[in-house]
Amino acid sequence: MATEITAPAYRIIPIIPALKPGAMAETKSFVANEKIQEAIGFPGKLVDDWHDRAITRMGELLAKYRSLKVFLDACVHCGACSDKCHYFIGTQDPKNMPVARQDLLRSVYRRYFTLPGKLFPKLVGARDLTREVLDEWYTYFYQCSECRRCSVFCPYGIDTAEITMAAREILDSVGYGQKYSNEIIGKVHKIGNNLGLPGPALADTLEGLEEDVKEASGFDVRFPLDVKGAEVLLITPSADFFAEPHIDSLIGYAKVFHAAGISWTLSSMASEGGNFGLFIGNYDQMRKIALRIREAALEFGVKRIVVGECGHAWRVAYSFWNTLTGIGDGANDPFALQLQKQLDHRYKQPMHICELTWDLIERNAITLDKEANDQHIITFHDSCNVARASRMGDILGGQFEIPRNIIMASANHFFEMGDGTTHEKTFCCGGGGGLLTDDLLELRVKGALPRMEVLQRVADNHGVNFMATICAICKAQFTKVLPIYGFDRRMVGGVHQLVSNAIRLGDK
Amino acid sequence: MSSIEVNGKNYETDEEGYLTNLADWNLDVANYIAQAENLKLTDQHWEVVNFLREYYEEYQIAPAVRVLTKAIGKKFGPEKGNSQYLYELFPYGPGKQACKIAGLPKPTGCI
Repeated sequence: MATEITAPAYRIIPIIPALKPGAMAETKSFVANEKIQEAIGFPGKLVDDWHDRAITRMGELLAKYRSLKVFLDACVHCGACSDKCHYFIGTQDPKNMPVARQDLLRSVYRRYFTLPGKLFPKLVGARDLTREVLDEWYTYFYQCSECRRCSVFCPYGIDTAEITMAAREILDSVGYGQKYSNEIIGKVHKIGNNLGLPGPALADTLEGLEEDVKEASGFDVRFPLDVKGAEVLLITPSADFFAEPHIDSLIGYAKVFHAAGISWTLSSMASEGGNFGLFIGNYDQMRKIALRIREAALEFGVKRIVVGECGHAWRVAYSFWNTLTGIGDGANDPFALQLQKQLDHRYKQPMHICELTWDLIERNAITLDKEANDQHIITFHDSCNVARASRMGDILGGQFEIPRNIIMASANHFFEMGDGTTHEKTFCCGGGGGLLTDDLLELRVKGALPRMEVLQRVADNHGVNFMATICAICKAQFTKVLPIYGFDRRMVGGVHQLVSNAIRLGDK
Repeated sequence: MSSIEVNGKNYETDEEGYLTNLADWNLDVANYIAQAENLKLTDQHWEVVNFLREYYEEYQIAPAVRVLTKAIGKKFGPEKGNSQYLYELFPYGPGKQACKIAGLPKPTGCI
């Protein structure tokens, strides 16, 4: 068994920590084996001509994504980002400063793609791509959760996550992939979800939930699977079927649909909201995963597509589904056009479950008894991909307001965590972007430090005992790390878990 | 590939010590894996481990935590039908640690 992992001490004054060069140099996520790599079309192991192929791939990415070239060129090393990363704060490894992490790739870009770098590499911080550099990429680009907090503080607006994604894509293209992400992508293609939960197991689980809800509430709340002609197709992370506290939010969604009289269905083929293609920066994987959802939507003839509590799923849905699949305007292949015709455009396509629930609350179409959550003193953790890469509703900042509005409509006690740690400046949970794996637990614990510090403060000052969030990764990460910081693991839960407690099922 | 040696026989595992082949599992292997996790298997552990294997055989996946707690509660008494009880038995998390001892593949995803 691994050595005991302990929480770092809270900082007394949250300033730039003392540097510990190389502190995380040995922390390396498991590398994908040949079977995992080849199942999703990557070379099974590091190819012999990795150097040339990596540089070629970098050139292709630079040609395809102008943003990447701009981001690699624009940085002036002002340092504004350096202390904004939760992994740097928690690990003190200077290579986890966002600027330094980017420079691992930028230095190689300069050497091969800029004139000064080709002529006078030493003068401009350019370096050759060596095996050591490649290993360093793997180590440190899998210590970034692509949460983009640092980007908020960058005066040039450099999207550092895009640089991480490009590095991971280059690594995958030469046969140097990460086990956790790539194994999961293989499972989505083969089975339909990240968990590898086959249809019959999903059906059995949902049946059990119907019994549970009936027993607890007396109402026949349904959890429909593969129902043709349903109004709504719900796309949610597969963790919602499997893990705690995730499943409590799934019960919440079902109760909302029940109370509002909306017919809905889950799909066994597209039983996954998550899309790890985003995490590894691979467009083809991202599209292939998203297309399962279109296939299900067309098969069932649904009018609306609603996304459950999953941070990066909502980013992909909100920002990319339109051009990837035709859910939302943008794509123009025949299936996309067919789907456009099928969907009901009086509703947002896609719609977040929080948008759906909040709209019902505003129209008094559902009733909530706040007292049902009186045992909870609640705070809200904004999940990075919702906060910084998407929107909800029709107003600026709707992605911040709507989940909070739902909480305050469902409960009496709500307190914000400290300024500069919520909304667009929210800290990552420490487990996002393909890092939610046991082999990176030490990194995850350290990366959670800034969030835990402010949580401790609201716990001390206001007695907060429940942190709501709308992301499966955040829920799983906090369940794991909260006890290491001395909190109860059950302190984290979903927004729809609170809705589930408060919603009245009978009178609407 | 990694492996473990139990009673003079080698069993292939992944990097984290999960058995590669489901069929390799036996009582000694389970005890060996548990020991490496600092656990001594009691009857209560076995109730869970055996249920996991039965469920896996039918569905090709470990049960959801809720399915597991419910089944254990029904079979062995309501005081055992909650996740707190399972966490006490398997402190690293019933989902993963119990699966490892039961010789099942590690559940993946956002869990």
